[in-house]
Amino acid sequence: MAASPENPSKNNRVIEWVDARFPLIETWNYHMGKYYTPKNFNIWYAFGVLAAVVLVIQLVTGIWLTMSYKPSAEEAFGSVEYIMRDVHWGWLIRYMHSTGASAFFIVVYLHMFRAMLYGSYKKPRELIWIIGMLIFLVLMAEAFMGYVLPWGQMSYWGAQVIIGLFGAIPLIGEQLVVWIQGDFMIADATLNRFFALHVVALPLVLVMLVFLHIVALHHVGSNNPDGIEIKEKKDKTGKPLDGIPFHPYFTVKDLMIIIGFLFFFALVVFFAPEMGGLFLEHPNFEPANPMVTPDHIAPVWYFAPFYAILRAVTFDIWFLDAKLLGVIAMFGSIILLFLLPWLDRCPVKSIRYRGNTYKAALAAFTVAFVMLTFLGTQPSTPLYTLLAQIGMFVYFAFFLLMPWYTANEKTKPLPKRVTKGSPLLSFPFSSSDRDS
Amino acid sequence: MKKLLLILLWLPGLVWAAASNYPLDRVTVDPSDQASLQRGAQLYMNYCMGCHSLQFQRYNRFARDAGVPEELVMEHLVFDPEIEIGDLMTIPMSSAAAQDWFGGVAPPDLSLITRSTSNAYVYTYLRTFYSDDGRPFGTNNPVLENTSMPNVLWQLQGLQEAVFDEAGEVVGFELVEPGSMTPEEFDVAMADLVNFMAYVAEPYKMDRERIGKWVLLYLALAFVVFYLLKKEYWKDVR
Amino acid sequence: MSTAEMVNHDRRRFLTASATVVGGVGVAFVAVPFLASWAPSERARAAGAPIEIDISRLEPGARVVVEWRGRPVWVLNRTEAMLASLPEVVGDLRDPESNESQQPPYTQNSIRAREAMPNIFVVIGVCTHLGCSPQYRPEIAPDDLGPNWKGGFFCACHGSRFDLAGRVYRGVPAPTNLVIPPYTFISDTRVLVGEDSEAA
Repeated sequence: MAASPENPSKNNRVIEWVDARFPLIETWNYHMGKYYTPKNFNIWYAFGVLAAVVLVIQLVTGIWLTMSYKPSAEEAFGSVEYIMRDVHWGWLIRYMHSTGASAFFIVVYLHMFRAMLYGSYKKPRELIWIIGMLIFLVLMAEAFMGYVLPWGQMSYWGAQVIIGLFGAIPLIGEQLVVWIQGDFMIADATLNRFFALHVVALPLVLVMLVFLHIVALHHVGSNNPDGIEIKEKKDKTGKPLDGIPFHPYFTVKDLMIIIGFLFFFALVVFFAPEMGGLFLEHPNFEPANPMVTPDHIAPVWYFAPFYAILRAVTFDIWFLDAKLLGVIAMFGSIILLFLLPWLDRCPVKSIRYRGNTYKAALAAFTVAFVMLTFLGTQPSTPLYTLLAQIGMFVYFAFFLLMPWYTANEKTKPLPKRVTKGSPLLSFPFSSSDRDS
Repeated sequence: MKKLLLILLWLPGLVWAAASNYPLDRVTVDPSDQASLQRGAQLYMNYCMGCHSLQFQRYNRFARDAGVPEELVMEHLVFDPEIEIGDLMTIPMSSAAAQDWFGGVAPPDLSLITRSTSNAYVYTYLRTFYSDDGRPFGTNNPVLENTSMPNVLWQLQGLQEAVFDEAGEVVGFELVEPGSMTPEEFDVAMADLVNFMAYVAEPYKMDRERIGKWVLLYLALAFVVFYLLKKEYWKDVR
Repeated sequence: MSTAEMVNHDRRRFLTASATVVGGVGVAFVAVPFLASWAPSERARAAGAPIEIDISRLEPGARVVVEWRGRPVWVLNRTEAMLASLPEVVGDLRDPESNESQQPPYTQNSIRAREAMPNIFVVIGVCTHLGCSPQYRPEIAPDDLGPNWKGGFFCACHGSRFDLAGRVYRGVPAPTNLVIPPYTFISDTRVLVGEDSEAA
């Protein structure tokens, strides 16, 4: 590690030169060399760094795709096939990007679930959670607009359905839809502006938010599977007793995890890029046709839980019709996530020491979320609609009843120091024993 | 690229994903079977290419992937002297004429048909035309009901009549006039044709799987090295 | 760390080095597709395919210009007099043997053409200085080019001069002779530019 700026050797004049003009070593130490990280992290704590890896994959492959993609209704579909066939390695770059979109949501959903398991959204990390939720929102917009770009049947009709949501807003809805489209239908103008947003505006916002997310995290320090603050127990030199420097310990661990992740990523990219129609949907291999709707329009899987909630509302309440209510429910289901730090009133963070009510509630929520994801990709039948309504009920109850069922939770005593976790008793909430 | 837009305009009326519950027959495709690709291409050029372009496929790429010398491709598969080996498999048929001939529905480009439907769909569709006097071309198909496509392969397959159940659904076929191929030969020929079309839908599939194996091998190896590195450093941590 | 004294530094250094090498190899491999994707695509290659030129009606002294890969290719039917002028200017040329210039090996000779048809001169009409397309000036000693001009190509952009074999004169900005593309005669009257059957 002689070359690391942590211990600049005397002959390393370049680093000294830079450091006199830029806080290089200070920054390195703040974020890596002396960033004390809880030593009891388990595999759930890998998804943050994996999200960053996927972001980089998406940025690089995305930049390369724009080099050959043509953002026009006439040429978009053909230019994607041109990339796949005529550009050298274009198929690989495109499959990496399309697989990366799904991978992004997989790791982000797991990253969010980790926060829910171990109470990472609680004081003093509320702002990290809020920034993270903003990242999630921007990511959804980014993914949606990206999906429109290939200009296949699913691109077109998916955009139709999602933009149509804004039409449910009373009074201004219809004008709003036309304004978003820039035409009286989804057209060349829509594609062009989505392209601009997808490749420039939203990535900029995304990168900035990720930066803020990390700054906020490193300011307060990482949570851990025991949900206790390692900063409260320090040695004489002021280092947390249960903390270890991020570098080298978590750099080597994260590198190992990243390679493991890339193995599965490559497995999909090279052997199942369509993922049976989940990652690349069959109708999207047919050029967009405004005259014919595919038999079954489903959003890509990562929007499915929210789409299922949208469709589950089949009833009117008072003067609100089902269409508007569905949109409200869908956006409400996302807004509730923002409020999580204030809905949860239990002082204990980690699931390991929380009461059975919360464990049961989180389990029910997880089942409901997975079920809604499945239902959102399926054609609606009376049975599925009923199941979606049950799922939606559980989803909302989990959040809306939280202030009550977490108020007087029967929790277990917290340990003084971080623990290894017990792989047998609290699986899958344990730390794996390799890690500590 | 005007052509692409024209194709968009043609599509109305032709709904590939028409909800039909007719059971599809599975077919195995193998892009490494060059003989099959060649036979499939021959069939495609003779029976399909008149109406259906493969606008994303280049002749020279097919020559390379199917192991055919370029001269032979030019000799046996290319009938238009204006076409050069590096060209795309487009066709000169004008949209207006096409719409006229097929009652308002122009034949779509088939470059990606096996990906937007499935291999089984195309394989079954090609083999299930039956006589139906109610249709303009005298044939119908249970996979894509009331299809606008005539049975261009009837000389090979012969003519078959459908057997219906009480509900009016097609349950089987009866060959009423044999074609130049036996039913077994015809099935093999159609498997070749589907193999060719599946190849055209994703010509880089072989590359992808070949390179993928090496990538996975590398990542597995790299994982071991990084695992050892991690383990070594984490000896410090207790 | 209290265990610092037990650390096996050699092993650690070895594993770090191995991981760096393995990781570096991986990064290098990842770079390949991204760099290679900048090469001309199949479409560009198809558009840059060899072109056939009919030379049956090319009179002696006449020149045709055709486009190949977006650049002008000249096919000049040199007269006997033009060919005879080539040895006369050798003393004024920068690279008379074409040692520093780009051409297929079968044209690296005193006439810079295939021996089979020495009169047919095929060349890319782009000045090797900064890429202008020079003018064809077959006339002898015109006023603007001086009394020593024996016919050739003149680049109006920066005054570079080339003889009737595309060889550059001394004292002009262009560094090398005009580039000759691969070409081959498929018959007495047809030349194929962009492919040399010998190399293929």
